[in-house]
Amino acid sequence: MHMPLDYETLRLIWWVLLGVLLIGFALTDGYDLGVAALLPFVGRTDEERRLAINAVAPHWEGHQVWLILGGGAIFAAWPFVYAISFSGFYLAIFLVLASLILRPVAFKYRSKHTDAAWRNRWDWALFVGGLVPALVFGVAVGNAIEGAPFRLDSDLRMTYEGSLLGLFTPFTLVAGLLSVAMLALHGAGFLAVKIEEGPVLARARGIARVAALASIVLFILGGVMVAKGHMGMRLTGVVDTSGPSNPLMSASVSAPGAWLDNYGAHPWMWIAPVLGIAGSLMALAGISGRRGWLNFAGTSIATTGIISTVGLSMFPYILPSTIDPRSSLTVWNASSSHVTLFIMLVVTIIFLPIVLGYTAWVIKALSGRLTIKDVRTSPDFY
Amino acid sequence: MDMAVIELSRLQFALTALYHFLFVPLTLGLSFMLVIMESIYVITKRPIWRVITRFWGKLFGINFVLGVATGLTMEFEFGMNWAYYAHYVGDIFGAPLAIEGLMAFFLEATMVGVMFFGWDKLGRVQHLLVTFLVALGTNLSALWILIANGWMQNPVGATFNPDTMRMEVSNFGDVLFNPVAQAKFVHTVSAGYVCAATFVMGVSAYYLLRGKWTNVARRSMMVASAFGLAASLSVVVLGDESGYTLTDNQKMKLAAIEAMWKTEEAPAAITVFGLPDIQARTTHFAVEVPYVMGLIGTRSLTGKIDGIEDLVLRADSRIRSGVIAYDAVQKLKVNRNDVAARAVFEEHKRDIGYALLLKRYVSDPRQATNEQIMKAAADTIPNVPVLFFLFRIMAGIGFLFIAYFAAAFWCASACGFRRNWFLRLATFMLPLPWIAIEFGWMVAEIGRQPWSVDGVLPTFLGASSLTVPQVWATIIGFTALYGSLAVIEVRLMLASIRKGPVEHAPDEVAHEGPFAPLPAE
Repeated sequence: MHMPLDYETLRLIWWVLLGVLLIGFALTDGYDLGVAALLPFVGRTDEERRLAINAVAPHWEGHQVWLILGGGAIFAAWPFVYAISFSGFYLAIFLVLASLILRPVAFKYRSKHTDAAWRNRWDWALFVGGLVPALVFGVAVGNAIEGAPFRLDSDLRMTYEGSLLGLFTPFTLVAGLLSVAMLALHGAGFLAVKIEEGPVLARARGIARVAALASIVLFILGGVMVAKGHMGMRLTGVVDTSGPSNPLMSASVSAPGAWLDNYGAHPWMWIAPVLGIAGSLMALAGISGRRGWLNFAGTSIATTGIISTVGLSMFPYILPSTIDPRSSLTVWNASSSHVTLFIMLVVTIIFLPIVLGYTAWVIKALSGRLTIKDVRTSPDFY
Repeated sequence: MDMAVIELSRLQFALTALYHFLFVPLTLGLSFMLVIMESIYVITKRPIWRVITRFWGKLFGINFVLGVATGLTMEFEFGMNWAYYAHYVGDIFGAPLAIEGLMAFFLEATMVGVMFFGWDKLGRVQHLLVTFLVALGTNLSALWILIANGWMQNPVGATFNPDTMRMEVSNFGDVLFNPVAQAKFVHTVSAGYVCAATFVMGVSAYYLLRGKWTNVARRSMMVASAFGLAASLSVVVLGDESGYTLTDNQKMKLAAIEAMWKTEEAPAAITVFGLPDIQARTTHFAVEVPYVMGLIGTRSLTGKIDGIEDLVLRADSRIRSGVIAYDAVQKLKVNRNDVAARAVFEEHKRDIGYALLLKRYVSDPRQATNEQIMKAAADTIPNVPVLFFLFRIMAGIGFLFIAYFAAAFWCASACGFRRNWFLRLATFMLPLPWIAIEFGWMVAEIGRQPWSVDGVLPTFLGASSLTVPQVWATIIGFTALYGSLAVIEVRLMLASIRKGPVEHAPDEVAHEGPFAPLPAE
C-alpha cells in the first residue's frame, strides 16, 4: 500500500491528535464533570440542583464519547501506551470507571422519584462521578510526567512494579488538584453562559473565583516541581523516527530537569503555559464583569493551555519508565504501524468534522439560558 | 504467568461483557421501533402515535443509559486486564473500536440528548430525523464492534511482525469485509430486533390484560408483531449463515457445537440431541438427522465436515511448524538482518500462534517434548458439552420465536390481540430473548477457546501482569456496582411501566375519544 505521508509525519500527527482528543474531552465533558462536582455547593434546594443538572443533561452523553474515543484512539494509534497505562494504573482506572458508571445513571434516574432521600443519594453519586475522575485523571497525568515503574521484556510483555498508593506522590497530588480546580472552574464557566442570573450562578461565580486562583497557583507550583524535581528524560544515540515501534530499539537516560529542554529549543512553546495562566486571568475578569462568555472563553483557554503544556514539555516522551529507561515510550517507538496510522488519519479527517458539525447543530438546537421556570414546567427534564 | 490471574480476568470480562449485553440488544431494536412509531406519527399526524413514541422512548432511555455506562468498561478493559493482547493485536483490533467511537457512538450519544430534550424545540420531521440518527448510530456501533469481534474469530488481513513482536495490518479491506464479521453483525442486530419486539409485545400484553392504555398497547403490538416476525426469520436464517462461514474459519467450533468427534462421510448428519462425553470422545444417546449438517455446513451433498480428531491432528502439525517460526523470531531478535532466519520465518509465520500454545507447558516452545506438543494440540478442543447444550437452547429459542411471531402476526389480523391466552404467552416470552442472546455470546466466545484470537494468540498469554488481589478487588467492585444498578434499573423500568404513558398524554389526546381504556373483553 502506497501512503502519501511518511511514518515520522504520521506519528507526529497522531501525537497532536492525541492532544486534540484529550483537550476535546476536557473542554466538553470537562465542564460536565465540573458541574457535577460543584452540584452540592451551587445548588441548595432541589430546584436549584435540577437547574445545574439540566444545564448539562442533554449533552453529557455526547461529551463522554470524547473519552471513549480517546480510549479507542490510544488503543488504535498508541497500543503500547494503552496497554501499559491502563494495566499499570489498574485500580485507579477502576475508580474512574466506577465513578463514570455512576454518573450517567445518576443523571437519568435522579429525578424519576420525588423522594428527597433518593434524590440526595444520587446528588452525591453525581458529586463523586464528577470529582473522582477529575482528580484521578490529573493524578494519572502527573504520573506520566514523573514516569511509571514498568519494564518490557524481549517479547515486549510489560511488568509493572508499582501500587495504587504509589501513584500518589506530592507532585501527582498537585497535578490531581490542578485538574480538579481547572475542571471546577470550567464547569462554573459553563454555568455562567447556560443558566439564568440567580443564586446558583452567584454561588458558581464565588467558587470560580477561588478555583481560578487555585489553578494559577497549582500550575506554577507544578512547574517549579518539574524544574527542580527528579523528572525528565533524554533520548541518547541515533534516534530513528521512522523505525519499528519497539521501545527496546531506542535508548534513554534519566535527566532531571529535561522536561524544560523543549522550551529552550523552541521558544514558541512558551505560549502554552502562558495561555494556561492567561486563561484563568481572563476567566477572573469575566467573573468580575459578569460577562459569561468572557468567563467561559477564559476557562476554555486555560484548559487548553494547561494540557498542551504537559504534552509539549514531555515531547517526544509519552510515558517514561522510572525503573528501566530503555522501556520508555516515545512518539517514535510506541505507535501502531504505518498503515494503521494512515487509515485512522483518513477516517478521522472524514468523520471528526462531521462530529463537530452535528455537535454544533445540537448545541444550537438546544440553545438558550435555562431558568428555574423551565425546570418547573418541562416534563422531559431530569 | 499466573493462571489464577488469567482465569479471574476471564471471569471479569465475561461478567462485564454479558452484563453490558443485557442492555445493548434492546437499544438496537427499540431504537428502530421508535423510528417506525414516530414515522407513523409524522405521516398520520395523530397525537396517539406521539404518545406511543414518547412512552417507549422513555423506557428506551432507562435502558440506554446503562448500555452506555457499561460500554465504557468494555472499552477500557482490554488495556486493564488484557495488556499483552492489547499490544499484540492493537494495530488491528484498536482501529474498529476507535472508528466505532468516531462514526457511530458520537452520533447516537449526541443525538439521544436531542431526542429526549428536543420534542418542543424541533419540527416533526426534524425530530424524526434525530430519532433515526440515534437508531443508525446504535446499529453502526454494533457493526464496528462485530468487525472487531469477527477479527478475533477469523483474523484476516494481518501478519506477525518480528521487529515489533506483534500482529500488524496487511490488508485493512479484508478486516473490514471479513465474512464472519458480516454474518455476525446481521445475526446480532436481528437478535436485538427480536428482543425489542418481544419486549414491546410483553409490556403491551400486560396493559391489555389489565385493560389499561389499550389504545397505546394494541397499536404498539401491531408494530411489534410485524417487526418481530421479520427479525426472528432473519436471526435464524442468518444464524445459519454464520454456521456456514464457520466451516472455512472455525471448523473446530462447529465440530464442537455438533460434538462431531470423527469426520463423517459427506453429507454429515446433524445431532439434534445427545450427551457428549469428553473422556471417551463420543456422544451417547445421539439422535441424528441424516444429511442436514452437511447441507448447512457446506451447502452441498459432497462437502466434508471435519471432525474434532482430524482437527487436533492438524493443530499438531501446525504447532510443529510454529516452533520453527518461533525459533526464527528468536534469531531475528538478536540480529534483525539475519537473512536466513527471515526466510524461515516467512515460510512458517502463519503458524507462529500455534507455537505459543506450548507456553502453557514450557517457557521456551523450542524445548517442548513430543508429549507437550500433543497436549497443546488437544488443548485446541473447546468445551464440547457446554457448547453442545448452549447452542441447542439458543437455536431452540430462535425457532420458538418464529412460531411465536407468526402467531402474533396472525392474532393481529384475526383477533386484534383479544385472546387472553396469547396475551399471557406474550408476557411469559419476555425473558427468552435475553437468554438466547447471552447463550449465543457464550457459544461464540467459549467456542473460540483456547484462543483469544483464533490461531494467533492463546487467551492465557493475553492477560496483564496483575496480582490476584487486584483482579478480585475489581471483580467484587464491578459485581457490587452492577448488581445494585441492575436492581435500580429493573425497579425503575417496572415503575415506569406501571405508570404508563401518563406524562406524555396531554389532555387533547385523552379527550380524543378512543384513547380512553376500552371495556374489558
